[in-house]
Amino acid sequence: MLELRDVHTYYGNIQALKGITLEIRNGEIITLIGANGAGKSSTLMSICGVAPPRSGEILFRGEPITRMSPDHIVSLGVCQVPEGRHIFPQLTVQENLDMGAFLRTDKEEIRRDLEYVFSLFPILAERRAQAGGTLSGGEQQMLAMSRALMARPQLLLLDEPSMGLAPLIIRQIFEIIKKINQEQDTTIFLVEQNANQALQIADRGYVIENGTITISDTAENLLANSDVQKAYLGI
Amino acid sequence: MEYFIELFFSGLTRGAIYALIALGYTMVYGIIGLINFAHGEIYMIGAFTSFVVATVLSIYGFPLLSIILLAGLAAAVWSASYGYTVEKIAYRPLRHAPRLSALISAIGMSIFLQNYVLLAQSPDFQPFPELIPDFEFMEPFAHVVGSSDVVILLTTALVMVGLTLLIKFSRLGKAMRATAQDRTMAMLVGIDVNKIISMTFIIGSSLAAIGGMLIASHIGQINFFIGFIAGIKAFTAAVLGGIGSIPGAVLGGFVLGLTESFATGYVSSDYEDVFAFSLLVLILIFKPAGLLGREAAEKV
Repeated sequence: MLELRDVHTYYGNIQALKGITLEIRNGEIITLIGANGAGKSSTLMSICGVAPPRSGEILFRGEPITRMSPDHIVSLGVCQVPEGRHIFPQLTVQENLDMGAFLRTDKEEIRRDLEYVFSLFPILAERRAQAGGTLSGGEQQMLAMSRALMARPQLLLLDEPSMGLAPLIIRQIFEIIKKINQEQDTTIFLVEQNANQALQIADRGYVIENGTITISDTAENLLANSDVQKAYLGI
Repeated sequence: MEYFIELFFSGLTRGAIYALIALGYTMVYGIIGLINFAHGEIYMIGAFTSFVVATVLSIYGFPLLSIILLAGLAAAVWSASYGYTVEKIAYRPLRHAPRLSALISAIGMSIFLQNYVLLAQSPDFQPFPELIPDFEFMEPFAHVVGSSDVVILLTTALVMVGLTLLIKFSRLGKAMRATAQDRTMAMLVGIDVNKIISMTFIIGSSLAAIGGMLIASHIGQINFFIGFIAGIKAFTAAVLGGIGSIPGAVLGGFVLGLTESFATGYVSSDYEDVFAFSLLVLILIFKPAGLLGREAAEKV
């Protein structure tokens, strides 16, 4: 579904990605784990066209999207929930969700998707008229995920959904990620520092270090891998 | 008392025009964080466009109402195309450059447009046709408020209601607010951010053009330099109200207009600017973000 081939991305003169190659197949949950500054978020921003790569190729369903504008990439069905959630603080919860469906015109279906995200996160229905910036961290994460779902993505990119949240809420968020994957048939690319949680629900995983992929394996094998255990699982 | 009411209405009229121009400053600042110093010139170009169109149409004997509407429309469209072009050639290439670069580019655009109109027209003041007639029903009040004051106030009110509805409820308005609040995220939900920024310049420029036509007809003369003074005043109004805030720009415009009017009326017109800017300094000392500005970043 998505393929990165030797992707190099720079911010000014600083090289963030030094040749990323990875593949995500239809219906999978893939996780990308790595330390702070390893290039996890840059990988997602490159896929979305916000930080287009200087060289290399990104293919979505076999078509190159490397030089496409971010709005064009969203229209193909690739949506990201960025790190730190990026809720529009002064828009209401409802307006935030409307923005998620910005490129869609199918009113009936939008309404149905709205009901779906409210069924996943009932708290959002209660808070629809409230400004997004006034929600708690956990609620903001729920809103950010719901907003992405409102675009009805085929591929959902999640950047550190567990960051700064209480363990109970983290568990809830991961359950819902799994649920979205199964119920909506949405392929998921999950970037996490919380490697243990991520590998529990993932099919396969990649380890990124200093802008390159160093290990690629199934989630089970990664959980059992002693290097991964030492570096990322705290065992 | 009569004198007070007269000053009050003249202050409101002034304030309405400041508010119309200030909206452009504040909307652009809200969305790209730039003080668009060429905005005053866009207003001046609007006044000139309506001047040319109104003059030509009156030669052909068009009825007054159609002259006003056509001249206003032409001014709005022409100024909008200038605003759009200025953003595209002078600001967009500097989007990722340090802020100061874009600011200097804005000052350059302002000087360029001023001198361009100076060369195309002349340095002299030109008489502007009186577009707004004295209404009969206004006669009993004519000693305190003129017909053109009423037209200016009503037009401004109408424009502001329209703008508020647009920003609050339309798809474009929501996209503008989203882009102003978080540009990266706006891109990630599929908003074509460049298009939204262009639209912001187009809307702000049209508002300034309408203000330009109204005030030129009210005062009765224009030249290439009117945009500079009006621009500085409107910028002051925007800062006064809290730059980036749309209701703030409107409030700031009226506060500034009224202050100037009362200072002129009760003290002396020589002190008009002294009072206006003293007020600005005072407000910024006690409320640095402006009257309706937001003090600090929200929790994200």
